[in-house]
Amino acid sequence: MSIWEYANPKRFMQTTAAILPWVAALTAICLAVGLVWGFFFTPDDFRQGSTVKIIYLHVPAAMMSINAWGMMLVASLVWLVRRHHVSSLAAKAAAPVGLAFTVVALVTGALWGQPMWGTWWAWDPRLTSFLVLTLFYLGYIALWSAIEDPDTAADLTAVLCMVGSVFAVLSRYAVNFWNEGLHEGATLSLDKEENISDVFWVPLVISIAGFVLLFVTMVLMRTRTEIRARRLAALLLREARA
Amino acid sequence: MMPDLGKYAGPVLWSYATGAAIILILVALSWWQGRRVSRALAAAEARLGDHDV
Repeated sequence: MSIWEYANPKRFMQTTAAILPWVAALTAICLAVGLVWGFFFTPDDFRQGSTVKIIYLHVPAAMMSINAWGMMLVASLVWLVRRHHVSSLAAKAAAPVGLAFTVVALVTGALWGQPMWGTWWAWDPRLTSFLVLTLFYLGYIALWSAIEDPDTAADLTAVLCMVGSVFAVLSRYAVNFWNEGLHEGATLSLDKEENISDVFWVPLVISIAGFVLLFVTMVLMRTRTEIRARRLAALLLREARA
Repeated sequence: MMPDLGKYAGPVLWSYATGAAIILILVALSWWQGRRVSRALAAAEARLGDHDV
């Protein structure tokens, strides 16, 4: 069996109908456990006080903002190379989800930054590249809406997605590239011997899993809607011509 | 049950409130849009006698 079989809309709909309830249930469990654990059952940080509890929303949302754009890039490349409609619709479906995560990251970051840095916003490399990524999300969604022909829209948004990927990478590595600004480096890293304390780390990882699953759930749900909308448009066109 | 958030209660509570609100709005809009398209597609399929997806 090949992964390309799922590029068939009918196969995609059958498979996702079966797995979506399970993924949604797992999402709810992970988010509830991670956020409730983080909010109610973790101690204050010795420097940041109770604001450390914002980490359970801010870090997963920021991670998924960047990863969502990465998923859109892969789906766009699949569309450009293999012309599978489901992949272009999945990229389209992911954009509002990524935008929502980006807004959550920006808002919680501002709320966290004000008491810690003394300012809601700074033109710091990471914050600025993240803001540009947000504008790319808005531009991507607007471009899909502005073009009537779906294949042309898929082509042009795929190109925009490739350009925006520069800012997705910059958002992730801006702190390392410029080594300046207010924002700290990665909270969790596979190449560091020590990350944050276990007392914060475990609920954070569960919360991150919840956000990853939320993204998967929302993209599957929205892609199913996009496939149905595409078929509806085709049927209405056929009806109009009859 | 409610943890003592001290002088940072405002930022912490606002973060959770706005984060939850944004996510709930996204879920609700996606669900509503899905229902609306499903109903319209079912009606179109019924009219045209064409059932596929």
